[in-house]
Amino acid sequence: MNPATPPSPPLKKAAALTKKDFVSDQQVRWCPGCGDYAILNSMQHVFAELGVPKEDVVVISGIGCAARFPYYIDSYGFHTIHGRAPALATGVKVANPKLSVWVVGGDGDMLSIGGNHLLHALRRNVDIKILCFDNRIYGLTKGQTSPTSEYGKRTGTTPLGSVDRPVNPISIALAAEATFVARTADVFNTHLREVMLAAAAHKGSAFIQILQNCVIFNDGAFKDVTERGHREENAVYLEHQKPLVYGKDDEKVIRMDGFKPVAAAAGDADALVHDETDSALAYMLSRMGGDGLPTPMGIFRRQEHPTLESAMERQIRAARESEGEPDLMALLHSGDTWEVKQ
Amino acid sequence: MQITGTQFTNTAALFGNDLATFPDYPAEIRAPAGTLPGVSGFQVQFSSADIYTPGDEPDVLVAMNPAALKVNLHTLPKNAIVIADADAFDRRNLQKAGYPKDVNPLEDGSLDGYRLFAVPLTSRTETALSPFEALSVREKRRCKNFYALGMAYWLFSRSFDNTAGWLEKKFKKRPEIAQANITAMKAGYAFCDASEEFQVQYDVAPAPTEPGQYRSIQGNQALAYGLVAASHQAGVPLFYGSYPITPASSVLETLARLKRFGVKTFQAEDEIAAVTSAIGAAFAGAIAATGSSGPGIALKGEALGLALMVELPLVVVNVQRAGPSTGMPTKTEQSDLMQAMYGRNGEAPVPILAPQSPSDCFAIGFEAVRIATKYMVPVFILSDGFIANGAEPWRLPESLEDLSEVSVSYREGNGTLEPYSRDEETLARPWVKPGTPGLEHRIGGLEKQNLTGNVSYDPANHRLMTELREKKVQRVASEIPDLEVHGAPEGDLLLVAWGSTYGACRQAVSAAVANGLKVGHVHLRHLNPFPANLPEVMARFKRVACVEINSGQLATLLRAKYLVDVHVLGKVEGQPFAVREVLTHIQELAS
Repeated sequence: MNPATPPSPPLKKAAALTKKDFVSDQQVRWCPGCGDYAILNSMQHVFAELGVPKEDVVVISGIGCAARFPYYIDSYGFHTIHGRAPALATGVKVANPKLSVWVVGGDGDMLSIGGNHLLHALRRNVDIKILCFDNRIYGLTKGQTSPTSEYGKRTGTTPLGSVDRPVNPISIALAAEATFVARTADVFNTHLREVMLAAAAHKGSAFIQILQNCVIFNDGAFKDVTERGHREENAVYLEHQKPLVYGKDDEKVIRMDGFKPVAAAAGDADALVHDETDSALAYMLSRMGGDGLPTPMGIFRRQEHPTLESAMERQIRAARESEGEPDLMALLHSGDTWEVKQ
Repeated sequence: MQITGTQFTNTAALFGNDLATFPDYPAEIRAPAGTLPGVSGFQVQFSSADIYTPGDEPDVLVAMNPAALKVNLHTLPKNAIVIADADAFDRRNLQKAGYPKDVNPLEDGSLDGYRLFAVPLTSRTETALSPFEALSVREKRRCKNFYALGMAYWLFSRSFDNTAGWLEKKFKKRPEIAQANITAMKAGYAFCDASEEFQVQYDVAPAPTEPGQYRSIQGNQALAYGLVAASHQAGVPLFYGSYPITPASSVLETLARLKRFGVKTFQAEDEIAAVTSAIGAAFAGAIAATGSSGPGIALKGEALGLALMVELPLVVVNVQRAGPSTGMPTKTEQSDLMQAMYGRNGEAPVPILAPQSPSDCFAIGFEAVRIATKYMVPVFILSDGFIANGAEPWRLPESLEDLSEVSVSYREGNGTLEPYSRDEETLARPWVKPGTPGLEHRIGGLEKQNLTGNVSYDPANHRLMTELREKKVQRVASEIPDLEVHGAPEGDLLLVAWGSTYGACRQAVSAAVANGLKVGHVHLRHLNPFPANLPEVMARFKRVACVEINSGQLATLLRAKYLVDVHVLGKVEGQPFAVREVLTHIQELAS
């Protein structure tokens, strides 16, 4: 396997920061063994490597286990209300485009109660980075079915099995026109950091699904794709303009049989080559995994579009150019006015 | 009809009349023409004296079809002028308006008590426009409203120059449409001039008002200008997050056109995103506002609790409409006072302001920003559909110095920060923008430990913080000017009112006092906290009554807070109070 991602544009270096600069004085209160610890550790490294001053980093969350994240990062943070973090973060970024804005939430927060805000933050291409910690369960409320839980899953609220079909977060993000869509996992230390740095370098909204293990209520949900001994066969790493290679000895590739991906031996002349700018390919890959084919990890799509906040600033500049600088008294006295004399 | 009404209003305003308007239209965009629910009306009162309402009983009704006549006839006093488009009173329209078969009110004598002018407006307009060969019959017929406007201009001796200029500007790209409408208007004017039917012509002299520059302004527009003015004076850009909803949308539309002032408008995906994006903007240091009407405010409730928990400044505009649920979107009501006061989980107090007239929306919008940023608190503005769409003359500020001061400061500088330390006078916590080096901190909706802002479940701390949040709101009272009583300074009856009932109360009390009754009126622009002298003023009268477009919400608050026996003069019909209605109540209670 080769978990490297395509080279990102070089980042501007600020005063050298280290992971320690982003460790807050708050005691971390996740369950022992929770996948969130690994993500927190990786993210503290990532923030130090962003090349932006510490005070420009803002972490915004909704409600849930993952949403405690801002308390543990020593920068500006906002623990908001259930599902609304992408909308609130949009306001932060639009009001001050200079900030590096990160949104953290779980599958329930982002895909259930906050599903609408996720769609619209992505389609607007506001330059915020949305990290969806997906553990396929409600953790903080003690183990109920979530929008990514498997069909038939037995939980406290679904004693006879869930009758709701799960959603595919990557397909949703692609359909919402997200310009950066990626998947990684809590235990993929290096891969996670590389995906995050690529997301940070991307100008526009980024959606990253992080497969995350809930050790209490859904232990082992992703072990097929994350644990050594399984992942070699069950995960494939996406690299721009490179074939999709996987297997213990990199002995397999994917090729297309009509519109269907199938496994083939390495060296196949028709091996599928990844292209981050191809939306149709990205969607096909978002549906791949299971049924004997590996689950793709890495960047599904990366495209350039103007960001929401830059478009807003541009309109303000254009208005000033065509209508002149703001003159409050002229505004109030506009339209038909008349004078009443003594 | 709304355009025609607005043109008449502007012309009257330019002439110097005092005026007040009441657009009353259906929620449907193209409601079936000719039906009773499809009637779109525009009521205007203009005068040579001070007036405060669009009037109770129109002296002139222009009815473009039988439905318009049927819906409005009951409001007319006897001997009122009725101008009706005789062409529109055909069998089909009469049937649509629900008149029995073979009954035509223009012909059956049922309008004998009125001065009826049944004029074939449609065909006369068509005839007048016969030289306009390029226009279709349909396009010609559309000009009939301006024919009627021309008649109204003749009747009240008004020049049509201003409207002609407006048409030329409006239809710059289609000058033939502008000219057709102007021709129709002149034809209507000329018809009255030549016709012997019209024996009367009125002269309404300019109203004696305070000297200065004036313009006519609608409530929502004034509110938008107030927010922009406060942002401009504070030197901090405005962010307005909103979701389209009647009757609040025009605040968003007005602000969207003011980008040169650095205004960022955000049409959110829903009401919740509208308010949370504004909270995010406030966190980032912007002057932030959101606006909606009752159903949207209900959706914003949880986020408003967040805003006051994290103690960030936010202006929340509720342009009220008749509820509950979807209710009557285009009809006015003041029934969201309790929602503003208590409509959140937990003990969640916020200051509440209410403009009393369209032009007052400017001052209230400005004041809301001032209070929100000074006290670090979300502030409610309760406007309503009547104020939002109504227009009145506004005496313009002469210079920026006429505006009050809004000063915004952010905590800066290295060192330690206690995010929940407080200003001694206002109890406001410091406003610290992300991007400020050395002051990194976290906020959120969980209960805060006093001073540190850390999450706290400590019982004594929760009590302390609950009290602090309430005290902070009450501190605003120290800046509210004392109430001044209009009418009798003491006596038998005090009317306590708020919002759009201002005009009806003021005129009714003036009339009652002129008739020798000992009646006073105070109008609350601050509903939380109340002005400090309110209990003392109430104590000067034998009886107190609240006039409000609801079933007694302010009355309930006054009873609970001051243990006074308050009478309720309520109305829940989706319509504003008429002066006569208030006067009738006064006579019952004060004698």
